[in-house]
Amino acid sequence: MPILEGKGVTKHFGGLAAVSNVDFSVEQGEALGLIGPNGAGKTTLFNLISASLAPSAGVISLEGQTITGLKPHEICRMGVARTFQTVKIFPDMPVLQNVVLGAFFGAAEKMNSAEVISNAMEILDFVGLSALQSQPAKDLTLANQKRLELARALATNPEVLLLDEIMAGLTQTEVVQAMDLITRTRAKGITIIMIEHVMRAIMNLCERILVLHHGAMIAEGTPQEITSSKAVIEVYFGEKNTC
Amino acid sequence: MIVKILDVLIAGLLMGGIYALIAVGLSLQYGVARVLNIAHGEFIMLGAFATWMLFSTAGINPLISLVICSPFLFLLGFFLHKTIFSSLLKSSRTMDIFESKSMLITFGLLFIIQNIAILVWGADIKGYSYMNYGVSIWGAIFPANRILTLVCAIIIGTAFYLFLAYTRLGKAIRAAAQDPHTAGLMGVNIDMVLALCFGLGAVMAGFAGALLSMCYPIKATMGMEYAIIAIIVVVLGGLGSILGSFIGGLILGLIGSIVITIEPSLALVAYYAIFILLLIARPTGILGK
Amino acid sequence: MDIKSLTSKKSLIQGTVLLVLLILLAGVPLYAPGYSVVLLSSILMYVVLTVSWVIFSAPTGYISLATAAFFGVGIYATAIIGKALPFPLVIIIGGAASSCLALFVGALTLRLRGIYFAIFTFGLVMLIANALSFWELHWTGTRGRFVMPLSYNTIFYYMVGIFVLLLITSYVIKQSKFGLALFSIGQEEEAAAHTGVNVVAVKVITFAVSAFFMGAAGSVMATKWTYIDPGIAFNPFFSFMPVLMAIFGGMGQLFGPVIGSAVFTYLEEFLITRFPELYMLIFGAIMVIAILYLPDGLVGSLQKLYNRYFRRHHADT
Repeated sequence: MPILEGKGVTKHFGGLAAVSNVDFSVEQGEALGLIGPNGAGKTTLFNLISASLAPSAGVISLEGQTITGLKPHEICRMGVARTFQTVKIFPDMPVLQNVVLGAFFGAAEKMNSAEVISNAMEILDFVGLSALQSQPAKDLTLANQKRLELARALATNPEVLLLDEIMAGLTQTEVVQAMDLITRTRAKGITIIMIEHVMRAIMNLCERILVLHHGAMIAEGTPQEITSSKAVIEVYFGEKNTC
Repeated sequence: MIVKILDVLIAGLLMGGIYALIAVGLSLQYGVARVLNIAHGEFIMLGAFATWMLFSTAGINPLISLVICSPFLFLLGFFLHKTIFSSLLKSSRTMDIFESKSMLITFGLLFIIQNIAILVWGADIKGYSYMNYGVSIWGAIFPANRILTLVCAIIIGTAFYLFLAYTRLGKAIRAAAQDPHTAGLMGVNIDMVLALCFGLGAVMAGFAGALLSMCYPIKATMGMEYAIIAIIVVVLGGLGSILGSFIGGLILGLIGSIVITIEPSLALVAYYAIFILLLIARPTGILGK
Repeated sequence: MDIKSLTSKKSLIQGTVLLVLLILLAGVPLYAPGYSVVLLSSILMYVVLTVSWVIFSAPTGYISLATAAFFGVGIYATAIIGKALPFPLVIIIGGAASSCLALFVGALTLRLRGIYFAIFTFGLVMLIANALSFWELHWTGTRGRFVMPLSYNTIFYYMVGIFVLLLITSYVIKQSKFGLALFSIGQEEEAAAHTGVNVVAVKVITFAVSAFFMGAAGSVMATKWTYIDPGIAFNPFFSFMPVLMAIFGGMGQLFGPVIGSAVFTYLEEFLITRFPELYMLIFGAIMVIAILYLPDGLVGSLQKLYNRYFRRHHADT
């Protein structure tokens, strides 16, 4: 049974179909890439999974359980975490507190405050932010803020992690570091779905890729299959990519 | 029985016409200029008092007062926007911040305008008599002045609709209501349009006030209740929809009329019950986005 | 449960200053004439209303205009049951009734955008006054009620007590897991929701807590007016003043609301005798000016000036 599955997922805004009858499934431990031109509906799909938005039609299920209709915090506690396209860390909170919040509220089992803090410190160590734990999050560089967002998501003990353009705005070196971090996250057994425009990352990290265009899925396959698909090349590679 | 029902229906329309005018005014100010003007009721009060004052001191016909006073109210609204809300718009980081701050500013304006009125005219009840005789419609008797207010409301509403639909300025307003940024890119002078809409909203309120003064006694503190009704109607019609506000006003007037025949003092409670139902079932209102 | 590190010198100094002020405050009826007690009671009332308002509206960004409604509920609680029960119980009931109202309003509106909340709370004051008038007219046959009087000193001590309770509650919230969640909602509500925080529940509970103190304050201050009716008890001015005081004084800390309250209460007492109609007008004008030109409030603006001129050499790298 796939860990996350969507059938006929659709979202209308007025007359416009932002996501149109998308079927997808992700296996446990997999790394799935989600690509497509700007406005293809990728972030909207993430919003539907994490319940920022309610679908106009279709069902999404986590480990067989329907999660459409639940609230964001419930889905988080069930094991789906995400990062945002525009980094949404808590700017005036110290780095440690950002992560502690996730451990307190997002993880399914209750921990007392000592356990929570030590758990948060471990995660900060994992992402490489231990030295900055008392800094207000707004003082961090963009790359570090993205690390922090990832750490906060990890603190909620997720089964599935949705990464929304985590590489956007990073330098070449930082992209390599981010790719390494994602690989190490996968090694923990976490399933990853990533929206990306940085082709190098998608091709290297993901075993399967979904391609969206105008809200509909136009292709699905391995990186090799996708790069040689005529449909995809027409639609997507005609645009400039950021590699 | 039929007479009774007709009686209630027509009374509802009469009230609904006024509610529609008030709500359209507020809808212009919130839907386009994004200012939730809780001092809207005070502009209604100003229109009412100006009409009363002109009638009592100079015997001027209220319908003529309507025409005389509108430019002043327009300028007042226009001026308030140009000086206060324009600069606030520029200094607000997000639209949410602007909406909160502008609303609080109108809260301050409420106290300023209301207390100026009390200082100038006193806090007691005023009134005058105009076209107070009865007119018979299908067996039920209505005061002529109330029928006149409905006729005026329809005329004003229609004129405004034609203005919005067919004039260049009207189209600019509709564009600004839908998408201010793009409208600006297409050559619409957004600053001017926003201030204009605020002024137009004030004029609508003034019209409603003048019409009210013809039929009911007035006092300097009358504004707040009408502001609340206007707000409920705007939510009922859909935040941002001017047509929705007009329809919502008529609906609420009808409901109010029904409630008043059962229990006169519970009208506001009934309106709030509708408000609560809306918030539970359909916050976007009838025609809302 | 000590999440945020607070054992810094700054907090220790602030705490000591507060304690000293409280001791001085408690002794006022002993060394100051009757009028100071009355004035301070009014200041404390506005402080409680403003701080309660800030506790909810500052972190969530939802502007509540219902303060007068909760205050009025407390006043009416005293009017209705004040003679029948021991006064501390009456205060608790007044606070609890306001909390229940807040729970209802919050559950209804706090899951929607802020504008709905603001307009619902705006009309709430008039709605309750209306409904109460109707109820009094048709069911109890009364028109207004008489409240049993209490001595000025008693009122004062009860207000001090409520103020202290409010300070303690505010402190406990800040230090707790709940306070962390509340703060995160103010920072980035969507991210907080996706990190597992039940944002609606947190907002509603905070709203109910702040309403409790407003209702309690109303219960105590009810005895200041010997005769009340719905129009007197539910006065939109009591929704306006806390917002004015918070905006003028500064929304961030405790001292902002306290200073705002002190300034405006004193101004009100001063103006109400000489220029009764003018003072509401002036306050309205100050509100407009403060929002336009004092975005951080008086305390915040002064802090910024202080930082700019005296802390230049401590600039972060």
